[in-house]
Amino acid sequence: MSEKSIISLKNVNKWFGDFHVLQDVNLEVKKKERIVVCGPSGSGKSTMIRCINRLEEHQEGSIIVDGIELTGNLKNIDNVRKEVGMVFQQFNLFPHLSVKENITLAPIWVKKMPKAEAEELAMRQLEIVKIPEQANKYPGQLSGGQQQRVAIARSLAMNPNIMLFDEPTSALDPEMIKEVLDVMVDLANGGMTMIVVTHEMGFAKTVADRMVFMDEGKIVEEASPDKFFNNPESDRTKLFLSQILHQ
Amino acid sequence: MNEMNEVRKPPVATTGIIGWLRINLFFNWTNSLITLFVIYCLYQFIPWILDWTIFSADFKYNYLGEQITNQEMCSRNLDPENGGACWAVIYVRFYQFIYGFYPRVEVWRVNLAYVMLAFALLPLLYAKLPYRKYFLYFTYIFPVIAYFLLNGGLGFTEVSTNKWGGLLVTLVLGCTGIALAFPIGIMLALGRRSKLPVISMMCTLFIEFIRGVPLITLLFFGMVMLPLFLPEGIDMDGLVRVLVAVTLFQSAYMAEVIRGGLQAIPPGQYEAAKSLGMSYWRMNLLIILPQAIRISIPPIVNTSIGLFKDTTLVIIVGILDLLGIGRGTLADTNWLGLSYEIYFFVSLVFFIFTFGMSRYSLYLEKKLKTGINMGAD
Repeated sequence: MSEKSIISLKNVNKWFGDFHVLQDVNLEVKKKERIVVCGPSGSGKSTMIRCINRLEEHQEGSIIVDGIELTGNLKNIDNVRKEVGMVFQQFNLFPHLSVKENITLAPIWVKKMPKAEAEELAMRQLEIVKIPEQANKYPGQLSGGQQQRVAIARSLAMNPNIMLFDEPTSALDPEMIKEVLDVMVDLANGGMTMIVVTHEMGFAKTVADRMVFMDEGKIVEEASPDKFFNNPESDRTKLFLSQILHQ
Repeated sequence: MNEMNEVRKPPVATTGIIGWLRINLFFNWTNSLITLFVIYCLYQFIPWILDWTIFSADFKYNYLGEQITNQEMCSRNLDPENGGACWAVIYVRFYQFIYGFYPRVEVWRVNLAYVMLAFALLPLLYAKLPYRKYFLYFTYIFPVIAYFLLNGGLGFTEVSTNKWGGLLVTLVLGCTGIALAFPIGIMLALGRRSKLPVISMMCTLFIEFIRGVPLITLLFFGMVMLPLFLPEGIDMDGLVRVLVAVTLFQSAYMAEVIRGGLQAIPPGQYEAAKSLGMSYWRMNLLIILPQAIRISIPPIVNTSIGLFKDTTLVIIVGILDLLGIGRGTLADTNWLGLSYEIYFFVSLVFFIFTFGMSRYSLYLEKKLKTGINMGAD
């Protein structure tokens, strides 16, 4: 199994002080697989995906991404981060740079791409997320949905093998959620390996290959979307689904 | 909706000059009373100060038409009823105020350095300057050129720093102190926030030690104690010793100012930079510092202005800056009793430089804010 996995988490444990935030988490993700992670707040979903690109450090167990084990080795961490793109709840665009500069910065400085080539790449990525006309604006001049799409374009410009989404639509007005989800669906259809933490169950049903449900630092249930939504095994999952789908 | 086409304008009485006057100066009767009182004070003060500084003042000649060479010839000393300021003292001693005791034959070197300083500052001050890149190269090599030009060497006659004085010393101390303290301060600020305990502790100790000591103590330390730490036979120039003290002092303050800016950067910025594969230095140079420095512009300029004025303290270790020359002139029997004129002139020169700095920082803030929405606002 682990031969084919692009991401492999084995018995991962992590504590914030005394709080045991990840408890023996095991997860295998295959190439081109789309995983949707859900669960109540404080369940450790964000922490888990932040461990995958080492924004958080795990304390026990092993995490292997694309054949590279994440340890204290800084070089390995940098290599993993080049493979893994991440989109945040709060967009985290660089406010002092224009949209185009936000996207070209990492290709130019991390990948040593010539400036002209990077700009061309940025424009291509902006077309993919459908806002090429905003290239010369600053993040503060864009709507939330547009900012999040720029953030996606910025990650894609590094040509990652894996994309992590940490509640990408939670900070958006309801009207803007769809434009971001549309971009994510396109990305999924294009064959990107994705781990998405989200409460958008409609999105989960359309694109997920597998659902992961977490509670209190543990993975409670892992199942295909069909089984997960129609016939969940654990009572905790049933309770969660009944609450989230009744909104 | 069709009837709403007409655009509604604000009431006339709240806009324009009349509106401004009404809201700010004559809002209610106490407000009006204060306004009238201030106008009366200005009416009394402005004609008097103009008369003293300009209309009744002597510039080169007194009211009898004689060229003034000492304080007894000032109009106001010849006839106390008649005459204001006696600027002749500045005129006569102008050379010393600007160059100190720099040899007259070599003074073109100082003038050239002043002009070059202006050119070196240009690309730093105006980002839109044409051919800015080439100007910047000049800015980088300017300190080396200025060193040889002012100090001598490379075919120039040596002019030892104890002959320097006046505005020259003030500018050398101020510019070098500010320019060197900026990068050192950035390193100290990053170091203090470093996760490596040794680096963070060393930076914290340095900052707290320097900040806990008055500049005068550091100046004495530079003058008296620094030579003890140097190997025998190496004699450090007096001005350099003072420069070391001033720079250390300023970098500690700069570090704390920049650390304040760094703390204002949301953690998401670090995370976004890291998730794109940026190394520590790239992240700081490209993402964090540009934003942190932008936030810190007002306090950076504040401490820089503070340092520029604090350079006057070098008088206590025997270096004559602008104020030092002024005090020296006052001690001259020829010019006894002209303290108003001399201190007025020295204040004016300092005011021009510091006011320039503060206006520039306002311009910079305005320029950098356009179109950029920082963080939450």
